Amino acid sequence: MSRATTRSPFIAPAWITIASLVGLISALVGEGVFDVVSWLVFGLLVGLAVRAWVKRDRKR
Amino acid sequence: MQRSTLKAWFLVHKWTSLVCTVFLLLLCLTGLPLVFWEEIGHLTGAEPDVAPAAAGAQPQNLDDLVNRALAEYPGDVPLFLGWDDHSPSVYVNTGARPDTPPPQMHTAILHQYTGEVLPAPQFNEGVMYFIYRLHTDVFVGLPGMLFLGAMALLFAVAIVSGVVLYGPFMRKLKFGTLRTGRSRRLAWLDLHNVLGIVTLGWAFVVGMTGAINTLAQPLEQAWQTQQLGEFARRYEGRPRPQQLSPLDDAVARARAAEPGMTPAFVSFPGTGYSGDHHYGVFMHGNTPLTERLYRPVLVDAETGEITARPQLPGYMTTLLLSQPLHFGDYGGMPLKVLWALLDLLTIAVLVSGLYLWFKRGSTEARVTEIERSGLVADAGAAR
Repeated sequence: MSRATTRSPFIAPAWITIASLVGLISALVGEGVFDVVSWLVFGLLVGLAVRAWVKRDRKR
Repeated sequence: MQRSTLKAWFLVHKWTSLVCTVFLLLLCLTGLPLVFWEEIGHLTGAEPDVAPAAAGAQPQNLDDLVNRALAEYPGDVPLFLGWDDHSPSVYVNTGARPDTPPPQMHTAILHQYTGEVLPAPQFNEGVMYFIYRLHTDVFVGLPGMLFLGAMALLFAVAIVSGVVLYGPFMRKLKFGTLRTGRSRRLAWLDLHNVLGIVTLGWAFVVGMTGAINTLAQPLEQAWQTQQLGEFARRYEGRPRPQQLSPLDDAVARARAAEPGMTPAFVSFPGTGYSGDHHYGVFMHGNTPLTERLYRPVLVDAETGEITARPQLPGYMTTLLLSQPLHFGDYGGMPLKVLWALLDLLTIAVLVSGLYLWFKRGSTEARVTEIERSGLVADAGAAR
């Protein structure tokens, strides 16, 4: 899975931070679709952790 | 990044994490059941099941409800009355003195429409209250709260320094890299990085709002001294009223003064929330945001006239808004479940951090590992 990359390693953390803030604030400002946005964002974050585990590199 | 700078950030991350990890583990573990406090309460009977109001029924007079609560605890005085937004019930807190602190308060829960006193255990007893105290002040009051607040601030520094170290470590690795086939230490390190970065924004906000919540007591005291003190000075020298005007009328006047809002709770004179001569009728909105932002309506407890409707100061608004962002109780059950999952991931970050500390080796070796973007052979690591 490891490989050289020219992309900044901070891109993913930046997107995750922005998404987290959207998720945190969304359900606070409204109900219905605002709640759903919040669930989707945090579901996505948990999904990223699950994806990393599923795609883990077991090579020695 | 210069090696010396990298080393400095590494040491900041190591020591801020080390100092706060045990307490953060306590907070994450105790926070987990607290996310579901209401649901656990319903399962265990701590939260009474309230029958819906009959069609056309009118709410009982509030003064009658207070009197029924006082009959449950003879000798007590009324402290607070609050409405449950999700069921037709009200709670009445009573105590031996107007300034009775929460651990010594008595609570009666009453049906708002029938006036029936509902069987429910006290909020300040039982396993959940024990967990709540562990989570908020470790049973030592304000010093415990401030200590846990300091730990939350260290946690925030650990998160920021962790992100700084994440950059050079990950610059040659794909996001989400998790290598479990090499050494055990490398697997834990990758897990620490992946979970740490996934929970980054959530953990930072929950940690910082937790730190703000630990300041609740001093902030409330500052508000009482400053804003409420200003109104109290107008009543200086006058004795606390012995005969209170009807609470039902005071609440009706507050409703009329703030037509777009509903009452959340009322503080009685002497409780510290509305001076010695006033009812404080705390009105709130009905959206997830505005239901947290109170508008106090101060009603003279002798004449029943409205004295003031002060705006809450900015620091109180910040405190009130930080509460839902810490508790995760504002987006229904799915958000609570996700909150709990993110809490579990944070526990995994803390445990993996502890493991990495036990298997740490020298600081120089760790800094070299980060400099080489985690591609260095993990020589000497235990499998």
